[in-house]
Amino acid sequence: MITQVSDSLYSQLIKTYGGNLPSAEPRSLDEIRKQAFERFKSTGFPTVKNEDWKYTNVQPLISQHYELDAEPSLVAVDLDGANIPQLDAYRVVLVDGKYHAGLSDTVDMPGLSIMPIDQAFERLCFAKYFAEFADKTDNPFVTLNTALFTAGLFIEVGKNTQLSKPIHVIYVSNARQPVFNQVRNLYVISTFAEAEIVESFVTDPQAARSLNNQVTEIVVREGAKFQHYYLQTAASQGSYLNHTEVYQEKHSLYNNYNCTFPGPAFVRNNINVRLGDSEVESHLYGVTLTADNQFVDNHTIVDHIHPHCESYEWYKNITQDTSTAVFNGKIFVRPDAQKTNAFQQNNNMLIGEKSAVYTKPQLEIFADDVKCSHGCTIGQFDNEALFYLRARGISEAQARVLLVHAFAFDVTSRFANTVVREYVEHLVEEGL
Amino acid sequence: MLSIKNLHASVDDKEILKGLSLEVKAGEVHAIMGPNGSGKSTLGNVLAGREAYEVTEGEILLDGKDLLELSPENRAREGVFLAFQYPVEIPGVSNINFLKTALNEIRAYKGLPPLEAREFLNRVKEKQKLVEFDAKLANRSLNEGFSGGEKKRNEIFQLAMLEPKLGILDETDSGLDIDALRIVARGVNQLRSQENAFIVITHYQRLLEYIVPDFVHVLYKGRIVRSGTKELALELEEKGYDWIKETVDAEKAV
Ligand SMILES: Nc1ncnc2c1ncn2[C@@H]1O[C@H](COP(=O)(O)OP(=O)(O)OP(=O)(O)O)[C@@H](O)[C@H]1O
Ligand SMILES: [Mg+2]
Repeated sequence: MITQVSDSLYSQLIKTYGGNLPSAEPRSLDEIRKQAFERFKSTGFPTVKNEDWKYTNVQPLISQHYELDAEPSLVAVDLDGANIPQLDAYRVVLVDGKYHAGLSDTVDMPGLSIMPIDQAFERLCFAKYFAEFADKTDNPFVTLNTALFTAGLFIEVGKNTQLSKPIHVIYVSNARQPVFNQVRNLYVISTFAEAEIVESFVTDPQAARSLNNQVTEIVVREGAKFQHYYLQTAASQGSYLNHTEVYQEKHSLYNNYNCTFPGPAFVRNNINVRLGDSEVESHLYGVTLTADNQFVDNHTIVDHIHPHCESYEWYKNITQDTSTAVFNGKIFVRPDAQKTNAFQQNNNMLIGEKSAVYTKPQLEIFADDVKCSHGCTIGQFDNEALFYLRARGISEAQARVLLVHAFAFDVTSRFANTVVREYVEHLVEEGL
Repeated sequence: MLSIKNLHASVDDKEILKGLSLEVKAGEVHAIMGPNGSGKSTLGNVLAGREAYEVTEGEILLDGKDLLELSPENRAREGVFLAFQYPVEIPGVSNINFLKTALNEIRAYKGLPPLEAREFLNRVKEKQKLVEFDAKLANRSLNEGFSGGEKKRNEIFQLAMLEPKLGILDETDSGLDIDALRIVARGVNQLRSQENAFIVITHYQRLLEYIVPDFVHVLYKGRIVRSGTKELALELEEKGYDWIKETVDAEKAV
C-alpha cells in the first residue's frame, strides 16, 4: 500500500535511490538495504492514522525539499553550544551526520574502538548485530535509515574494559542549505565492560533547516554497564527523529537519561529497551522542557522477556508557551517474565496556558507474579509554594526556577554524572 | 514602624477584615488573640502580600513606605517576615539553598554583595544553635516530611537567618511541645531589639509567658475590639471570648 506518493521527500527518495542504493559494501549489507527499501516503499511515511504517530504529524516535515546526502560543507563549525563545562571526555564530532576527524579526539585507549560506521562493515560484531534489533520494529523511519544511511558511528567497548572517561558525541548541523541527514550508529558494550556516552545535538547559528533521521542500535552484553545521556539542545531550524534500540544481555545495566530543551522545532524519540535475558536492569529517565511552538514526543518501550528483571522509568515534562509534549510509555511483561519489577512514572507541569501534553502509559502484562506500577500526573505551578518563596524575598522568576528544579529533581537527582547533571540544571534555568 | 489604618480586606468578595487599625513601634511586641475565623491569619497574609486577599480600603505603612504597593518579595526585602501557620512542603528545594537564595536576594535589594560561602555557613550554624534546629533538617528538602513542630521551628530558623524588621508569628506555638516552645521563645527573645518588632498571633496565654508582649489585642469579626497589656491575655484565658463577643455584639446592635 503506497500512501504517501505525493510527499515531496518520499518521491524524491524513490526517484533518487530506486535501484540505486548506497553500495560498495559487503553483499550481505546490500541485501539488507534492498529489503529495507522495499519495505519503506510499501509503507511510506507514517501518518496520524497510525496509533504510534497519533499526535505526531510528520507531514509538514516531509512535504519540504531537502538536499539528500549533501557533501559536508567546508565552512567553519561553531561547536560552542555543545560545550559541557568541566566535562573531561573523549570528544567525537559528527558534522551533518558525518564523522569529522579534525574536530574529534584521537582515542588510543586499549579496548575502545570509535570509528565512522562505514569502516566497521567488515567487523564481526557488525555482521552479528547490525539491523538485528531496530529493524524488528515497525518504525518506517528505521527501514528508511537502514536502506539509505551513509554515515554514523561505530563504538565498541571491549571485554572487561572500563572507560576512564565518558565519550562525548556531538552532532552539529552546519549545512547552509536544507538537508536530510540519516545517521546510523552501532554501539557494542562487550561483556563486563563499563561505558558512559553523552550525546549532544547542536546547531551552528548559520545552519539552514535540517531533518535528521537517526537510528542507534545498542547491545549491552553480559555483565556490562552503560550510562547513556541524550542532550537535545539544537536550534529551531532542526527537526529530529531519533530511534534508539537497546538489547540487553544477562546481568547488564542500561541507564538512559533523555533531556530535551527549548530549541528544535520537532523532536521524536523512540527509545526501546529489550531485556533479553534474566537479571537485567534498565533505567529510563527523561526531562523535557519545551518553549515557543516546539513539539517533543518521547515514545518508549520497556520489554520484559525473561524473569527476574527490573526496570525503572521516570519522565518529566515542563511545557511553556504554545509547545506540545507527548509521552508514550509501553511496558511489556511477557509470559516468561515472572518476578518482574517494573516502575513507570510520568509527571507533567504545564506552564504555558496554551501548551499541551499528551501522555499515555501502556502496560501489557502477561505474567502473573510481577510487581508493576505506573502513575501519571498533570499539574501547573503550585501557587502556594510560589508565594512561600516570594514571601522570603525570592523574586518570582527565581522562585519559578527553584520550583521547576524541584519538579525535575526526581529525575535529575538520578543522574550518575554530576557534571552532566549540573549542566542540565543550568539548561533548565536558561530555558525558563 | 508599622501603621495600619482602617484596613478592609476580602477574599472572594467576602469581607474578612473590616476596618482594622494597629500601630506597632520599633522594639515592641504585640500579641493578637481572637476566636477562630476572626481574621488573624488574614491579617498576616495581607501584610505579606498574598494575592488572593484584596484590600478594598485603608493603608499599611512600614516606616512610611506604602506596603500595599509592593510585591510579596519586595515586602520581604523591606523586612516583613510572616512565619506561616501552615508552612508548605516544597520537595526538591533544599532548605539551605532556598535560604541562601532568599538571603542574597534580600542583600542585593539593599545593595549588598552576596554573603561569602563561609560567612553564610557560619550564620547557618549560629542560627541553628539559637533555635536548636537539627542540622539534618536544614539540609533536607524544604519542610518535606517535617513534623508539624519541625515545620514551625524551621519558620523561626528562617526568621533568625533573615533578621527581618517585622516578624509576624502566626500560631507558631501550636503544635510545639513544651521544650520546643521554650526554645522558640528564647530564640525570638534573643532576636528582639530596638530596631525590630514582632506581631505574635496565638490562642494561648502560655506562649506569652515566654515572649512577653507589650500589648495584647483581641481581633473579632475583622476588627480589633479590645487592646490592653499582657493582663488582658490572662483575663481571656480565664473567661474565654464570650464576654467580649457579647459586649461587642451588643454595642453593634445599638
Ligand atoms: N483563601 C480564603 N478563601 C476563602 N475564605 C477564606 C480564605 N482565607 C480566609 N478565609 C475565611 O476568612 C475567615 C478568617 O480566616 P482566618 O484564617 O484569617 O482566621 P483566623 O483568625 O486565623 O482563624 P484561626 O484561629 O482558626 O487560625 C474565615 O472565615 C475563613 O474561612
Ligand atoms: Mg489563623
